[in-house]
Amino acid sequence: MPPNPVIKLDQIHKTYHTGEVDVHAVRGVSLDIMPGEFVAIMGSSGSGKSTVMNMVGALDHPTGGHYWLDGIDVSTLDRDALADVRNEKIGFVFQGFNLLSRTTALENVEMPMQYNRHRIPSHEQRDRAQQALDLVGLGKRADHHPNQLSGGQQQRVAIARALVNRPTLLLADEPTGNLDTQTSIEIMGVFQKLNDQGITIIMVTHELDIARFTKRMVILRDGKIVTDQPVQPRSFAEKELENLRQEQQAVKLD
Amino acid sequence: MRIIASLKIAGRALRRNKMRSLLTMLGVIIGVGAVIASVSLTSGATKQVEDQVASLGENVITVFSGNFTSGGQRGGWGSAPTLTLQDAAAIALLPNVAAVSPEVRDREQILANGLNWNTQVLGESPGYPEILNREMATGAMFTDQDVRSLAKSAVIGQTVVDQLFPDVNPLGQILRIRNIPFQITGVLKPKGFNLFGQDQDDVVIVPYSSHMHRITTRTFVNDILVEASSDKTINQVQDEITELLSARHKSPDPDFTVRNQADLMERVSSASRTMGFLLGGVAAVSLIVGGIGIMNIMLVSVTERTREIGIRMAVGARAADILVQFLIEAVTLSAIGGAIGIVSGMTFSLSIAYFKNMPTVTPVNWIIIAFFSSAIIGVFSGFYPAWKASQLDPIDALRYE
Repeated sequence: MPPNPVIKLDQIHKTYHTGEVDVHAVRGVSLDIMPGEFVAIMGSSGSGKSTVMNMVGALDHPTGGHYWLDGIDVSTLDRDALADVRNEKIGFVFQGFNLLSRTTALENVEMPMQYNRHRIPSHEQRDRAQQALDLVGLGKRADHHPNQLSGGQQQRVAIARALVNRPTLLLADEPTGNLDTQTSIEIMGVFQKLNDQGITIIMVTHELDIARFTKRMVILRDGKIVTDQPVQPRSFAEKELENLRQEQQAVKLD
Repeated sequence: MRIIASLKIAGRALRRNKMRSLLTMLGVIIGVGAVIASVSLTSGATKQVEDQVASLGENVITVFSGNFTSGGQRGGWGSAPTLTLQDAAAIALLPNVAAVSPEVRDREQILANGLNWNTQVLGESPGYPEILNREMATGAMFTDQDVRSLAKSAVIGQTVVDQLFPDVNPLGQILRIRNIPFQITGVLKPKGFNLFGQDQDDVVIVPYSSHMHRITTRTFVNDILVEASSDKTINQVQDEITELLSARHKSPDPDFTVRNQADLMERVSSASRTMGFLLGGVAAVSLIVGGIGIMNIMLVSVTERTREIGIRMAVGARAADILVQFLIEAVTLSAIGGAIGIVSGMTFSLSIAYFKNMPTVTPVNWIIIAFFSSAIIGVFSGFYPAWKASQLDPIDALRYE
């Protein structure tokens, strides 16, 4: 018997009522994502990928259809219940990192645990935040503030924050959008490592190069899925970094 | 979300803009400081008045005789010969009466030690010092025996000592009133001026019987001083005196007046209370203005931190968590402002007390009231901005630049 899907979208519709014209941003998307998958959702702007992302992230309700996350019908929940779902089941990684400035990396990572429905003792919060930072390779930067960290390091802090509540699903919205090529590959390496440990990851991107690091590619156009296929051939961060290093040596960039 | 974590977040947010937080608090600081300072000053003044009234004698009831009208000319209280020694004796028999002194007053030119002085000569009973809370500096008060024997004994105040016996011990010396020699048996401890500006030490006290037979040859007394046993019985005693004298005098209109210290205290302190209300009103207005300042800054803060609110919501903060966070921030601002205001208000009133030599009292209950009202101001002024923050849509808030 196959395992239950982490995410099950069933004929999802989203219509925005702005002014006189209704905008059908999403027109009937159905999608099953199994545990351990690494999916890239792609599409040009206006394709509805951000809207799908918001609904998958329990930030928004679909106007039609159903969405089950880990067996829960999220499309019927109220605001508070959605907040709890986001807290317990979803970890977010944003394009702009979205860390709290003037707050240390460790405190940024602790933040989601403050909103846990079950109280977590503060020493356990600290331990778990430290573990999450170790996992993304920033254990020694725990007391640095975001403005003392590079973009790639900030994004690692954001990934640690997303992981700290042990979510069912990691959701990344253009996570490499603000990063250079090498740092982007490094971040994708972090994602690949986490995915190898069994964490389900969904990533929105418009860069094909980045999408090649995932296992499955879903392409949206005009609010509908047009392509859904395994990534072939797949890029691996270690190999790509090696290639990049050789290219850089060739032009004596280093 | 736990309170300590919220307090930490609030503290961090307030420290981020130290100058702004301070300026925001300033409204509350000034408001609370004004409340505390004005209350301290007015209650200090009230206490001073109360002390003075109490020093006139506690639980004292004064019975004045009626006014004497002759040919259309009205003499004022105490001018009519309506109160007698028999009235005083009858009052002394009433329950809950601690002491009674029939009082006869006259101004006389007195001679002693080759000097002379014009002063008030009072005829009193030996209970007089007890009734008016006066103590003897040296010597003793005359006795009941002196009253019965129309003794030529006198007790004098410090001013009379200063004027007539500048270098001599007055005890045992002779004092001449209308050329009648009185022997000085005691000197009263100085008490200074009373509420009405009269020198309470410029006085000669003799037995009322001696006063009435030897000096003035009167058959009536000006007034009767009565001390009730306690402040609880004072009104009852007052009513009984009124009843008793009405029955004794059998006159259709009352020919006497009964007053007590409580009435006096009421009248004197009501003026300072009115002043207190006025100052308190001004202070309350400035507290409200301070609250508006907090609301204004909190609204700015919510707008500035829209993105932070979005992040917090994305990682699972409920609307209530955001509401509590901003509410605590507002209350922290106003409560700290209130605490600083209390300290500065007290400092101000103490320095007034020190430099202007005015008594100030800061009642503890007003400190508590000031602190909690500033915290409540924080809740009220913080609620709307906090509610606005909690109603933000996480998607919009995250996208906010």
